[in-house]
Amino acid sequence: MNLFGPGHGACPGCGFPIAVRGALEALDGKAIVVNSTGCLEIVSSMYNRNTWGVPYVHSLFENAGAVAAGVEAALRALKREDEAHVVVFAGDGATFDIGFGTLSGMMDRNHNVIYICYDNEAYQNTGNQQSMATPTGAATTTTPVGNILPGKVGRKKDMIGIAVAHGIPYVASASIAYPKDFQRKVRRAAEFKGAKYIQVHSPCVTGWGIDGKLTVEVAKLAVETGLYPLVEYENGQLVRVRKIKERKPVTEYLKLQRRFRHLFSHPKGQEIIEELQRVADENAKKYGLDA
Amino acid sequence: MRKVVRGFYAIAYAVKLSKPNVIAAYPITPQTEIVENLAQMYANGDLGDTEYITAESEFGAASMVLGASAAGARVFTATSSQGLLLMTEVLYNAAGMRLPVVLVVANRSISAPLSIWNDIQDSISIRDAGIIQLYAENNQEAHDMVPLAFKVAENRDVLLPFMVCVDGFKLTHAYEPIDLLDQDAVDRFLPPYKPPVKLDVNNPVAMGCYAPPPYYMEFRVAMEYAMDRAKEIMLEEFEKWYEITGRNWGGHVVAESCEDAEIVVVAMGSIVSLVREAVKHLRQKGLKVGLLKIRTYRPFPAEDVRESLKNAQKVIVLDRALSVGAEPPVTADVKSALFGLDLKVYPVVVGLGGRDIPRELIEDIVKNVAEEKITPEKRYEGLNEFEEVIP
Repeated sequence: MNLFGPGHGACPGCGFPIAVRGALEALDGKAIVVNSTGCLEIVSSMYNRNTWGVPYVHSLFENAGAVAAGVEAALRALKREDEAHVVVFAGDGATFDIGFGTLSGMMDRNHNVIYICYDNEAYQNTGNQQSMATPTGAATTTTPVGNILPGKVGRKKDMIGIAVAHGIPYVASASIAYPKDFQRKVRRAAEFKGAKYIQVHSPCVTGWGIDGKLTVEVAKLAVETGLYPLVEYENGQLVRVRKIKERKPVTEYLKLQRRFRHLFSHPKGQEIIEELQRVADENAKKYGLDA
Repeated sequence: MRKVVRGFYAIAYAVKLSKPNVIAAYPITPQTEIVENLAQMYANGDLGDTEYITAESEFGAASMVLGASAAGARVFTATSSQGLLLMTEVLYNAAGMRLPVVLVVANRSISAPLSIWNDIQDSISIRDAGIIQLYAENNQEAHDMVPLAFKVAENRDVLLPFMVCVDGFKLTHAYEPIDLLDQDAVDRFLPPYKPPVKLDVNNPVAMGCYAPPPYYMEFRVAMEYAMDRAKEIMLEEFEKWYEITGRNWGGHVVAESCEDAEIVVVAMGSIVSLVREAVKHLRQKGLKVGLLKIRTYRPFPAEDVRESLKNAQKVIVLDRALSVGAEPPVTADVKSALFGLDLKVYPVVVGLGGRDIPRELIEDIVKNVAEEKITPEKRYEGLNEFEEVIP
């Protein structure tokens, strides 16, 4: 049985189908999926063209955390807890921004839910507008490059840190460039009772301005530069980190993407590149990324 | 069992007897004590297998009962005023997904200006969402409406959310002698919920899909058909309710002293009792006055309203909400139901934001209408004289 697809309408080269199919396979299809509004919902849930092989509910943009909490409570009340894992798939807009309150409630009450945020670093469903997950310097339609502004000003929100601060049993970051690692994390998350948060970096070919065949390469560079550290927390403790042999300069990651292209010519571009390199260096230090 | 209890308890106790699987709620005045009572029952272990969730907001509470309902649970929440507005997007969604979510709204006005007191602007504001709305006259009705709400909402031919509207403070905080239902009676009336579809790994379905233009309209019109069916189904349930509890609800409307009435006052909610007293008083003075109580507001019982009012000459509609820029909401519905009849309709807005509605005020309105001292134009009664300040 197909757990996700065939027939979904994601763009060629889109990152998240790797994550969605990978997670559902890792759970052997024992999943009830709650999905916020976003690209994933649009490409998978059209009436008469549903591509899900598991029970699926789309709710709203901003309430996947709470809907999942309700599903989980119902399974408990109806003595069906062992039937399936309750799994959220939500984009970064639904997670970092508009759905933050209901996600926080879900984590605070420690509902037995695996919340997977596919992080493509902007509202890509509506055509690349900035979210709180958008990295510094990225050009989006709401943080466009202009004479005075070099794309997004301000940092990417540390959702991993925020999730850990909720005291939930399992938090991890992952990347679609490392699907086995991601699947292992999903399986590990499933071993804990309570709220689990996994954030999986997932390039958007249109929003990021990359060639569809470069998706995995670009995602891998995010990790290899230290901009997207792959970390794992169990019960509040950092337990595993993906080490980097020879950390690459952030420019290698930036130069492949249209959203960062201006940084190499804009008067403030160099400053932003240095800022991003500093973020990568801080990540390396904070998580001990360098092998 | 007849007991003197507050409205909160009468409602919470009826919820308990209805055996919901999941309750999620957030505090807001004047609703709070309903869910506090339920929380206490939960803490005492009196709610059985019910899961009680303290939400992070009304938005979260509505979302959780939506999720739980999609998973096949019987669900309950309660709210008021701003909380209901905060739930609104989710409630529209629950209605569109045909989830029989039941909620009690302790009616309260909407800010600004901030007011915790009673009118019905909150629930009236979401009358178009596809949610059944009943308005309780007293706490006995509020108590009885809860199991009815579950029964009707969960009917396969309905499957719509159901909102029981109870005037904040005036009912919620009032002590009244209530014939409390017993579990046996409720069990005989209300079987466990068997959802026709649910989130189930053994039989996967996708819910809440998106529908492009070739499909969307049919889903919305299907809700309208379900509302139409609900009108009949509710009458059948009122009848069954009477058989089990001995309490006769009448129908969607209750017409009192209307047969020979020249003037009929239309009202909804707790104000009905006051109008009844005014009508009695005026009848003693020889005025041919009647009362039309509207219990079911959505689906709107237009035929019943028309039938009850057809012999009158003048109709006064007491509205406790505004539709700013148009006729007050209940007036608009009543007028629409009376279209083509030779009747004068007097829209009278009263009691906004907890403004007192003395019986004498209602009697004066009726007398003035009888003596044609006022015209059938929108009026605000009980309004202080004020100067509009335009900066």
